[in-house]
Amino acid sequence: MKVKNKIKITVNGKQIQVIPNLALKSLITKLKIPLNKIAIELNKKIIDKKRISKINLQKGDKIEIVHFIGGG
Amino acid sequence: MVDKKLKIANKNFKSRLIVGTGKYKSFRECATAIKASGADIVTVAVRRVNISDKNKARLMDYIDPKKITYLPNTAGCFNAEDAIRTLRLAREIGGWKLVKLEVLGDKKNLFPEMIETLRSTELLTKEGFKVMVYCNDDPLMAKRLENVGAVAIMPLAAPIGSGLGIQNRVNIKIIRRQTKLPLIIDAGIGQASDASIAMELGCDGVLINTAIAKAKNPIQMAEAMKLAVISGRKSFLSGRINPNLFGSRSTTNKGII
Repeated sequence: MKVKNKIKITVNGKQIQVIPNLALKSLITKLKIPLNKIAIELNKKIIDKKRISKINLQKGDKIEIVHFIGGG
Repeated sequence: MVDKKLKIANKNFKSRLIVGTGKYKSFRECATAIKASGADIVTVAVRRVNISDKNKARLMDYIDPKKITYLPNTAGCFNAEDAIRTLRLAREIGGWKLVKLEVLGDKKNLFPEMIETLRSTELLTKEGFKVMVYCNDDPLMAKRLENVGAVAIMPLAAPIGSGLGIQNRVNIKIIRRQTKLPLIIDAGIGQASDASIAMELGCDGVLINTAIAKAKNPIQMAEAMKLAVISGRKSFLSGRINPNLFGSRSTTNKGII
């Protein structure tokens, strides 16, 4: 089925298009990111990872997904 | 003589050497160097996940946070708000409360911005974080950090990554005299003897990244640093002789022929 009216969101500084009301959990799953190794910010607010199936993405949302890298 | 363990925020650590995980050629090399260093705390940074390369290796796949203590840092932060945002995210990844605060003030010399550092330490402490603070080697600022709840004072030996060794031994000694908090030299170590000197000045530990990661043989340097920290600590605890301007013979003249 062709989905119309995709919305634009920004993930880690990159603009992508998703279907309206896509659950945040579906986005993380789609990106194949292991949930236990990341933290998520939605519009500068930290999201409780247990709640991501209940959060639906809206037009213009800005998401940051971070993890640990090497550092001093 | 059995030494006390390094105790930070009521937690004991076996090693007095803390190592960074940046600048290595690969995660594999990093993991091997950490093992050789004997460190049980490693610093890590918080950055965006690469969403276009889903198969890219992750630090956590090579260094198990269940076996070694991750110490999230605030590298790249130039004000309190950015530092707090970064450490809140770090805490969210896996519940880390013990953190390394570093708020820089200058992109070239990488010196800490102490006003923002002090403000961040206070705010983070109020939020329940246990803050180990990268700071200048200024005894007055060290005292103020302690007063707002820092759990470890971590003055620089020299600029980050410079490898210049300890530039101001007097200040480090003064800070040592005034604080009971863990005192850890963070930044500026170049070679093993620098780490020994830090420990001989009475520091509780040393934090090293570049000097190991960028050595020609990082694994061997990691081991050298481990031994240097142990050696310097034993030397400190053993009580050195008083330095004299003139010689003092080791062999008696009694019975000389």
